This record gives sequence, structure tokens and C-alpha cells, in this order.
Amino acid sequence: MADPATSEVLRFDDVSLHFDKTPALDHVSFAMNAGETRVVFGAAGSGKTMMLKTAVGLEKPDSGRVILFGEDVTNFKESALFGIRSKVGILFQEGGLFDSMTIADNVAYPLLNQQARRNGDGPLTEAEVDAKVLQTLNFVELGGTLQKYPSEVSGGMRRRVGIARAVVTEPPLVLYDSPTAGLDPITANLIIHLLIKERDSRNTAAVLVTHRYQDGHLMANFRYNPDSGRIEPARKLEGRVKTKFFVMNEGRLVFDGSETELRASQDSYVRKFVK
Amino acid sequence: MLDFIKPWIETFQEFLYLAARAFRNIFRTPHYADDIFIQMDVIGVGSLPIVILIGFFSGIIMGLQLGRALTTYGAQGQIGQLVAIALVREFGPVLTALLVAGRNASGIASELGSMKVTEQIDAMRALGTDPIQKLVTPRLIALMVVLPLLTIIADFIGLIGGSLIAIGLLNITWSMYWSSAWRALIYQDLGQGLIKPFLFAIVISLVGCLYGMRTTGGTQGVGRATTQAVVVASIWIFVITSFIDPLFFT
Repeated sequence: MADPATSEVLRFDDVSLHFDKTPALDHVSFAMNAGETRVVFGAAGSGKTMMLKTAVGLEKPDSGRVILFGEDVTNFKESALFGIRSKVGILFQEGGLFDSMTIADNVAYPLLNQQARRNGDGPLTEAEVDAKVLQTLNFVELGGTLQKYPSEVSGGMRRRVGIARAVVTEPPLVLYDSPTAGLDPITANLIIHLLIKERDSRNTAAVLVTHRYQDGHLMANFRYNPDSGRIEPARKLEGRVKTKFFVMNEGRLVFDGSETELRASQDSYVRKFVK
Repeated sequence: MLDFIKPWIETFQEFLYLAARAFRNIFRTPHYADDIFIQMDVIGVGSLPIVILIGFFSGIIMGLQLGRALTTYGAQGQIGQLVAIALVREFGPVLTALLVAGRNASGIASELGSMKVTEQIDAMRALGTDPIQKLVTPRLIALMVVLPLLTIIADFIGLIGGSLIAIGLLNITWSMYWSSAWRALIYQDLGQGLIKPFLFAIVISLVGCLYGMRTTGGTQGVGRATTQAVVVASIWIFVITSFIDPLFFT
């Protein structure tokens, strides 16, 4: 039996997806294991978001295979995907928070939904759900916003609520779609610190789509120290090689490698993302 | 020619697919009873004032126009009968459906359209909820329940409006008006008057949901979806009426 600490969580085998005749994904292949991080760069419309959506079956590929936690989900029906999606947390580019619900209800939603699907198998009590929601919102430093609605908080806070909702069920894989887009540098750094903290405190696999090189650099080179409760530079090389970088262009994966390789690349498109 | 027809056929195909899934979900768990009651409140109670108002004035207008024509032939005693038949068979269901389409097909399309462009529908799917089960089926059930009820209310209020004209301008007594109206109606009229709103409810809710859920292009797309939903739902109301009416012609 595969060691869960190193087992494969996500694999794309020659995946292609087209809208009309425009390729959103063009023969994309990669694999990632538990605890690893992938940082995805690319221009707008290069297929980054589509890659995340295809990974969890929100978009169906035209060809190729998507393997999620060892299961070929390429042709899964929507109802069959609900179970496996509970192992994946997603932060959407637009937030995707339900604006008719309070922040507490938004964060509680995945917990209650999974519980309903388990048909009462080890159900959480209302107090346990409330405690978990509060704990997760404290994790993203938003413990005082429980009864507010998403429209009543700032853009940066909405992203943090989105992160809380993505990780509240403690999924082994989290997909972050542009979590720092449009945010000021201070808030953007705070968000990346939260992602590092989440990744390292639970050894979560993460895919981070971003336009900012700095986001990827922080993810690759910094670690969360649970003793000090701070983000610190990673000392071991082992920690750094767990983060790999992708660059996408017109649906194609044009770069796949470490940060050192990314910085050394002579490709003019790839170099645009290295600052 | 084929390029012109193709999008229409595709849309109709999507409509049928959505309808099939929405109806199938009525018999599947989980059921979102809270959402059904919320929609009944939003659509039913929310539309009540405008339905009452329009029903009342339709009755008055019908009373005035028909009264004038009937007086020419000295047959103003038939006013209750004519208002009742016209309202219950045709104007009550159609006017109510048009009002509800204008108010709620647009509301549904804009709400779901906003959810689509802000990725709330994708989030719902990603969190393990079927958006059709959670968003479409409750709106379908709510409209199938409240639209026939709103139509009955509009019919009744319209008859009251007509009675005011009959009593005030045509010197018809209250009891004469109501007994004439009551005797004029046969079961076929009631059947026709209740089958229509039931079918209109299906069209209004599903058209609103369909155009909302296929919204693309940001806030501009939401506006476009809203307009299309109202136009298409209104057209379908007349198409359905013209197909239902011949069935009861004899």
C-alpha cells in the first residue's frame, strides 16, 4: 500500500480542453505527491484556472486523463465526483463566497455538506461545527467576523474567508486560484504567509496560481515554524525541492522545474515571470 | 440558415436537459425545504401586491369595455358572465404569468447569473452540492405552487373590479353579477385556468434558471441574461396559451 505521506495526489496525463476551437489546455501532463507545492505562472487566459477546474472535474477534458487521489475521474459523473471533491479545498479567483450567507455559514458549509453526504456517519454536533468554524477563522485571523456578510468585509478579508472555507475540512490537497490578485503588497504577503502556515502545519499538497513571482518565491523558500508560530526561511534543501514551478502559455505547460531552473531559463516568455 | 437556427436548437436542448434534471431532483435527496419556502415567500408573497393591483384594474377595464358593448344590445346583465369567462380562461392566467415573468424570471436570472460570474455556482459544485438540486428545483417547485394560487387571487380580485363597474355604471345588482359570473363558469374553464399557470410556472422558473446559469461575460452578461429570460419566458407564455386554448375549444 502506498505511503500516504508520499503518495500521488494529482496527475494530468496529456490533458487537452478546448472552448470552440481555442485550446484552454493543450496536452498538459504532470504529477504531484502529497505535501508538494506547485506554483503556476502564466498570462491571463493561458489556462491556469482551467487546469484547476479540470483537476476537480468542474470542466471535462476533451482528451487525456485526470487522476485524483489514484482515481481516474476523467469520466466521472457529477454525482460521483462529489465524494472525491471533499478531499480537495478550492479558493476561487472571484472568491466564490455565497453572498446570501454569513461568513460563519460560508465556512461551515463544507462541514455540514460533507456531513449530510455521510448520512450521519460520525456527525459533528452544532457546537463542534461552531468550534471548528471559529478555529479556522482564527487561523486566518478573522475570528471577529462570524456574523458579517461577505459584502461587508474588504477584498483581502474575503480571500481569507475563502481560504478558511477551503481548508476547514482539512483536505489533503488545496487549490488556490490567484489568492493575491488585486491586493496590496501587505495583504498579499499576509495571504501567502497563511498558505505557508496551512501547508506546513498539515503537510497539505497545494497548487498556487499567481501572477506574482514573489508569491512563488515565498512558498518555495519559507516554512512555518510551529514552535515560534512564525514564517521563517527554509533551511533544508529538501523543503525547497518540494516546490516546483509551472509556466503556462496558451494552454501549454511551457516550463516545469525548480525555482533555480526557472531563474536560469532563457525562454523570453518564461523570463517575464521572474523578477 | 443553419447557423441561425443552431443556437436556438442548442438552447432548447439545454432547456430540456435542465428541465429533466430539475424534475428528477424532486424525487431525489437531499431536499432543500428551506429554500423552497424562501422562494415561495420571495416569488409568491412578493408578487402578491402587484398581482392584486393588476387583477383589480383588469377587472375594471374589462367591465368598462364589455359593459359599453353589451349596453348597445341591452345585454348588460351578461357582464358578470363575460368578465368571469375572460378572466378565468385567459386574462387571469396570462396577465399574472406575464407579471411574474417580468418580476421573477428576471430576478432568478440575475441572481443565478451573478452567482455564476462570481464563481459561486462552481464553488457549490466543488463543495459537493448539485446546483440544480439547490437552486433550480426549489424555484421550480415554489413557482408551480404559487403561480396557480396567484392566478386564483388575480381572477377573484378582477371579478371584484368588474363588479364595481357593473354595480356603479351598469345598474346591475351585486347578486345578479355574481350569480351570472358563477353560472357561466364550467369545469373546463377552471381546468384551463389552472393548467395554464402550472405550465407557465415551469417555463418561467426554468427559463430564468437556464439563462442565469449559462451567464458569461461579467456584469454585462448578467444584464443580458436577465433581459433574455424575460423576453423568452413572455414569448413562451403566449405560445403555450395558443397551444392550450384549442384543446378546450369545444
